[in-house]
Amino acid sequence: MKKRALFMSIAAMTMAASMTSFAAEPTELTVWVSNELHNSIFEFGEKAYNEAHPDAPVDVNVEVYANAEMAEKLLIALQSGTGAPDIADININYFANYCGEDCQLIELDDIVADVIDDCIASRFDIYKFNDHYYGIPTHVGAMFTYYNMDIMEQAGYTIEDVNAIKTWDQYYEIGADVLEKTGIPMTAYEVSNQRPFWPMIVSRGGDYLDENGDVVLDSEVNIDTLNYMLDQYNAGVAVQAAGGNTSVEEFWTAMNKGSYASLSMPSWFMSRFINYMPDLKGKIAVRLMPIMAEGDASVVGIGGTGTAITNQCENVELAKEVLSLSKLTYEANVNIWTSLMFDPVRVDTWKDDALTAPSEYFYNESPFTLLSEYVEGGGEVLSPNNKALSADAQDVVNNSAMYNAFLGGMSAEDTLAEAAQELRDKQY
Amino acid sequence: MKTKKRSSFSRLAYSKKLAPYLFILPFVIAFCVFFAYPIMETFSMSFQKVINLNTGRFVGFKNYARLDNAHFFNALKTSTIYTLCMVCIMLIMPITLAVFLNSKMLKLKNFFRSVIFIPALVSTISAGIAFRLIFGDTDIGFVNSIIVKLGGEPIQWKMGYATGIFIMVILASWREMGINMIYCLSALQTISAELYESAEMDGANKFQQFVFITIPQVKPIIIYVLTLTIINGYRMFTEGYVYWNETNPGDNGLTIVRYIYNQAFQKNDMGLGSAIGVVLLLIILVINLIQLKGFGMFDKEDR
Repeated sequence: MKKRALFMSIAAMTMAASMTSFAAEPTELTVWVSNELHNSIFEFGEKAYNEAHPDAPVDVNVEVYANAEMAEKLLIALQSGTGAPDIADININYFANYCGEDCQLIELDDIVADVIDDCIASRFDIYKFNDHYYGIPTHVGAMFTYYNMDIMEQAGYTIEDVNAIKTWDQYYEIGADVLEKTGIPMTAYEVSNQRPFWPMIVSRGGDYLDENGDVVLDSEVNIDTLNYMLDQYNAGVAVQAAGGNTSVEEFWTAMNKGSYASLSMPSWFMSRFINYMPDLKGKIAVRLMPIMAEGDASVVGIGGTGTAITNQCENVELAKEVLSLSKLTYEANVNIWTSLMFDPVRVDTWKDDALTAPSEYFYNESPFTLLSEYVEGGGEVLSPNNKALSADAQDVVNNSAMYNAFLGGMSAEDTLAEAAQELRDKQY
Repeated sequence: MKTKKRSSFSRLAYSKKLAPYLFILPFVIAFCVFFAYPIMETFSMSFQKVINLNTGRFVGFKNYARLDNAHFFNALKTSTIYTLCMVCIMLIMPITLAVFLNSKMLKLKNFFRSVIFIPALVSTISAGIAFRLIFGDTDIGFVNSIIVKLGGEPIQWKMGYATGIFIMVILASWREMGINMIYCLSALQTISAELYESAEMDGANKFQQFVFITIPQVKPIIIYVLTLTIINGYRMFTEGYVYWNETNPGDNGLTIVRYIYNQAFQKNDMGLGSAIGVVLLLIILVINLIQLKGFGMFDKEDR
């Protein structure tokens, strides 16, 4: 009898416990990201969602993996049909891998349609396959040219002179003079990566692939641009980036020491400056990238991370709402700037006080003043075409084309023709 | 009923015909599940355009035809040169070190043994990070700073082909030297001292003793080390990956396995990846068969 009473009370307790927990049990959403910094985007979305729905909260679990490792894990999880997260932050280089013949991502057309008019549309197009949007961009990734004003002034150039630079010809004319007077090269080119070659050709309407996904790497514009770069390189005005590209310790040290008078990199490089190049504080003036000729785009968005919902997600509508609140609302876009220093895709936030506030590191200016002016003046923001062969195309440029042109002594025509041929061979 | 069953089972277990098979059964099962099946699957995938892990379309020899590209041959060349370098080093260094460490004259023997062996316990990744910094490209990298102090120009280790091979070989030798030395050392210690004594009586000097006694006695171990070095050489991935973790400029550091990894996992091209894997399997198989035949491992008289 006693035993039975004990049993009953335990049963009652467990039932009560499970019922209370049922009422407040948050729905879980798993998010995979490839950079710890991106956590704050989803933490922001989780908080916003829970404030709006206190009765049905959501619990967002963010898991961080290394970039390539995450892409690989996700690929296997999606292909095997199990183990994928609800939401995945996919680097643009890998994005096309998931959108092949059998796409395992969920269409996001509805949440994109709500906001696209306020945004830079080309940043959404890079995650558009078969007329559907599959990814939500994190940032514009606008190309900027960062001038080390210490070195520019040493060569006798003021900020007004820098403001007056509009074309690459003007830029390199000053560059040659800077080199002569200070012995410091004007800029650095990546030889094991693709900048500034890629943004320069995209600005002129060139690209690796056209809008149909066909290879146009060996186009006239591209060859001309690479030849132009080679001229500067051979003259010593531009040199090889220390360590081969701009994402390595060697390069940051060299830049920090003042080995280059300026550098053209996407907006996200601002956080690299702050984190890895402390000695340049207050000396870096951020300007729009120069153009080759009238009519070219001054703002080109390079790189990016597209957030997608996988077909293994059980609460698609919930995931979409959390995703919107994390990356598409006005507040979320402001958060992307304040927490991560990424230039948000919503143009209407560029006038927000948080974004126009001057930055001590960057010459007491805000880059959004220039961006807003440019977009309001009717300027176009271009992005590269992201198609099935994109990852391959970037690989060929990173591993072969830049190396062959700058270190291997091959001509621009041969380099790009060879690289393009290799890509065409892959279209089978 | 129960007892009858047990007795029939024990009869099976004690049966001279069946018992051997029963005992190797666990291995055979593991071999089939984890080895034979994946190889067959790889072989079949190498003839497909793999769309999903479970779906694919047969494309005949197209994947093999696509191997006719510069990157594959560069990878093959890099792996081969790397393996040759490793074979040369592993053929000479471990046995030489072992002979010295086995000599009665050497003091602090155990200290030196540990020093040479400890790198084998370090993971390639952690050692690789240290090596990457040591062989940094600018003049502030450790090795370059010494070169600059001596009046030389800083070397771009990762940008040149030969220097690229060199830094991979250095890292791998540093790690694998110790374990191979231990193999040689244990072989040396099994050689009977009488052989040396009688040779000495016959007037053989130390070098002659080394060539005519030590080498033939440790030959099986040397063959073993050589076989493993060749297999590991062609399978090498990590040593290259730690130096060139994002891109392989000019195909520097691109080994066959790295090429598989790039194509299969980064490019989602499982078909091509499998084709490379099959070719790699054939290469290692052929080289090892030639080598073992050359050393007379298949001769019945030798056993």
